[in-house]
Amino acid sequence: MTDQTHAQTVLTTQDGVPLKVSISRALRRQKLRSVLLVAPLFLFILISFVLPIADMLFRSVENPLVPGTLPNTVVALQVWDENSGEMPPEEVFAALAADLKVAVAAKTHTRVGSRLNYENPGIASLFRKTGRRVKRFEEGDYTAQFLKADKKWGDVGVWQTIKQFSSPMTAGYFLAAADAQRTADGVQFKPEDERIYLFLFGRTLILSVTITITCILLGYPIAFLLSSLPLRSSNLLMILVLLPFWTSLLVRTSAWKVLLQQQGVINDTLVWLGIVGDDSRLALINNQTGTIIAMTHILLPFMILPLFSVMKTISPTYMRAAKSMGASDWYAFWRVYFPQTIPGIGAGSILVFILSIGYYITPELVGGTSGIFISNRIAYHISFSLNWGLAAALGVMLLVVVMVLYWLYDRIVGIDNVKLG
Amino acid sequence: MTTERGASVRFDKVQKSYDGETLVVKDLNLDIKHGEFLTMLGPSGSGKTTCLMMLAGFEPASHGEIFLNDRPINNVPPHKRGVGMVFQNYALFPHMSVAENLAFPLQVRSLGKAEQQEKVKHALEMVELGEFGSRRPAQLSGGQQQRVAVARALVFDPDLVLMDEPLGALDKQLREQMQYEIKHIHENLGVTIVYVTHDQTEALTMSDRVAVFNDGVIQQLSSPDALYETPQNSFVAQFIGENNKLSGTVTAINDNICDVRLADGTELKADKVNVNAVGDNTTLSLRPERIEIAAVDSMENRVKGHIEELIYLGDHIRVRMNVAGNPEFIVKVRNRAGEQKLAEGQDIQIGWFASDCKALDPVG
Ligand SMILES: Nc1ncnc2c1ncn2[C@@H]1O[C@H](COP(=O)(O)OP(=O)(O)O)[C@@H](O)[C@H]1O
Ligand SMILES: [Mg+2]
Repeated sequence: MTDQTHAQTVLTTQDGVPLKVSISRALRRQKLRSVLLVAPLFLFILISFVLPIADMLFRSVENPLVPGTLPNTVVALQVWDENSGEMPPEEVFAALAADLKVAVAAKTHTRVGSRLNYENPGIASLFRKTGRRVKRFEEGDYTAQFLKADKKWGDVGVWQTIKQFSSPMTAGYFLAAADAQRTADGVQFKPEDERIYLFLFGRTLILSVTITITCILLGYPIAFLLSSLPLRSSNLLMILVLLPFWTSLLVRTSAWKVLLQQQGVINDTLVWLGIVGDDSRLALINNQTGTIIAMTHILLPFMILPLFSVMKTISPTYMRAAKSMGASDWYAFWRVYFPQTIPGIGAGSILVFILSIGYYITPELVGGTSGIFISNRIAYHISFSLNWGLAAALGVMLLVVVMVLYWLYDRIVGIDNVKLG
Repeated sequence: MTTERGASVRFDKVQKSYDGETLVVKDLNLDIKHGEFLTMLGPSGSGKTTCLMMLAGFEPASHGEIFLNDRPINNVPPHKRGVGMVFQNYALFPHMSVAENLAFPLQVRSLGKAEQQEKVKHALEMVELGEFGSRRPAQLSGGQQQRVAVARALVFDPDLVLMDEPLGALDKQLREQMQYEIKHIHENLGVTIVYVTHDQTEALTMSDRVAVFNDGVIQQLSSPDALYETPQNSFVAQFIGENNKLSGTVTAINDNICDVRLADGTELKADKVNVNAVGDNTTLSLRPERIEIAAVDSMENRVKGHIEELIYLGDHIRVRMNVAGNPEFIVKVRNRAGEQKLAEGQDIQIGWFASDCKALDPVG
């Protein structure tokens, strides 16, 4: 009797191992195998993609320089009210003198200077100049000694800037990226003519939308043709569609330069045909037109492929059914065929739009000054101005814009309606 | 204009080739009457769909003319023909609700909103799907989708409705029910229906007339019972129902009866259907249920058979026997009290009337 109940509660294998244990052992081996299969790629992505991006994002708010180099000043400034309009007390000057002596010995004071210079031009030279003198400062009445070294130390604005950047985190990069600044009256946008990043964001969005639309207009008929042809000829044409992928991006973009420039093939042909005069050659490159033409060409396959794969699944009997019910070709297309291709348009548009919003190399080469994107500005701050914090802040904003648009898209169209194949 | 309901259709010497090399439809002449239920029956690839597509206007005829209500329609585009159509996979628009699907042909015709709703409601009630108007096609079962497809082909009151294997995707029970419903709708509305199927039972139960297709040619056009009782050639005899074949040579012809000698020397009398002269080779066709194992004395044909196999089927017993060298000879014996006891390996006398045995063109 007891034996029986035991057999009922715990099932065992032939060897007497409980069944559950043996199953979980077998499953564990399977799991381990799949983890091991994924592990190399996972590590690679983690090290080469996730961590650098996280680091970069962190740089957009990180502010180690001021608190690290001027630790005593930062503490002393806490008691000073920056909105009072009065100068900081003597203790602050004393702390700054002590910090500067250490910093000058380590030669780090110029770095603080140039960092603060982004926010308040002139501070770099102030720090350099004072750094040369501070070694000779004597004990007592530091205020006067600083003012003697440079009158600018009497400017409350300088101290406000230092205090602003004395916390280890800063919103300063983001304010700059949004064309805003902190003034006595709180955060405000910069004057209209100094706004550069918001303008660039706007242009990037508008051009990306334009490129997406031209891709739809050019890609839709091609995808339609491809999907209605018999397999053999559609395969051949598909190879032609994919041909651009086999050529380097740089080569293709340079080819556009040859074609589009004022003395280029297209202009020469138009002049030769007498369509435009020799003195009024079209400006097709180094402006927005150039960016739109070249990027449409480069991103077109990303529109055609999802459209094609969706159209391929739409049975021609739908059109026949519509026509048998009296619909003309156009009406049948518009009411029956087109709505079924919307998932393809959605997928293609997302791909093209997101690729284009972050595009860098093509606008750089054919966009001139009026056709560049926000990513070109980010690249500039990374490679030339070396203001990585600002570059990171711009990058974060770009990322956020893309996510917001993606979310909106999901709300309006529904991401389930997107079909890639 | 005629006063009859439903359209008439005439195929006049119609030929069709897709590739310019082979004729898929060879010299089709077919008259379909007002309000008729005509079925095109034939094996796969025999050109039935092609004929239907030419009638609907999706494929041009390579030669010949098609008339709809005595009007030539070769140059009329499909959407101007006013022909309803039910497709094998239903072709319900997946992005529209059932009601929107049904309203589509009415919107095309710019009917008023109220009239559209009225007609859609009526059509849904006709196929007993009253509450399903707001569903998407994907939310319906196969049978329900099928009904929607039928309703959609009828909602704009066409004179002619074409159906291409509309029940092919349904299971047997549902198929039988739908056969009955489509037949019922046809009787109520009086539209002309041209129906395509490769299922002979479907063709026989539903149609007024059946056109049996093979190889792009109509083999026989007649009512279902005539098709079964008096096949005009061996293809029809074999395609419709069960059939025993015996090959032989014509030795004499007297009016409608001919004498046939089989390879093993057996002499038989048969109904002369598709033979012309003494000396012709012929295949005799014989339905299994027309063969008797008792009371054969009054019959013209009496032969010995060797029972190979007995299959018990409840209401009748299938007896496979070797008759005149044909080991696949089937006899259906009714399961009745007092019937002779049969056993495998037994030799028995069987017989049949000459009128039940058709002398047709030779096969194989
Ligand atoms: N669009 C087409 N192009 C070329 N050949 C076709 C086409 N449609 C059908 N055929 C050929 O025509 C013949 C008849 O086909 P079909 O009319 O579909 O026969 P069924 O409907 O009786 O099965 C087949 O041999 C088929 O291969
Ligand atoms: Mg077919």
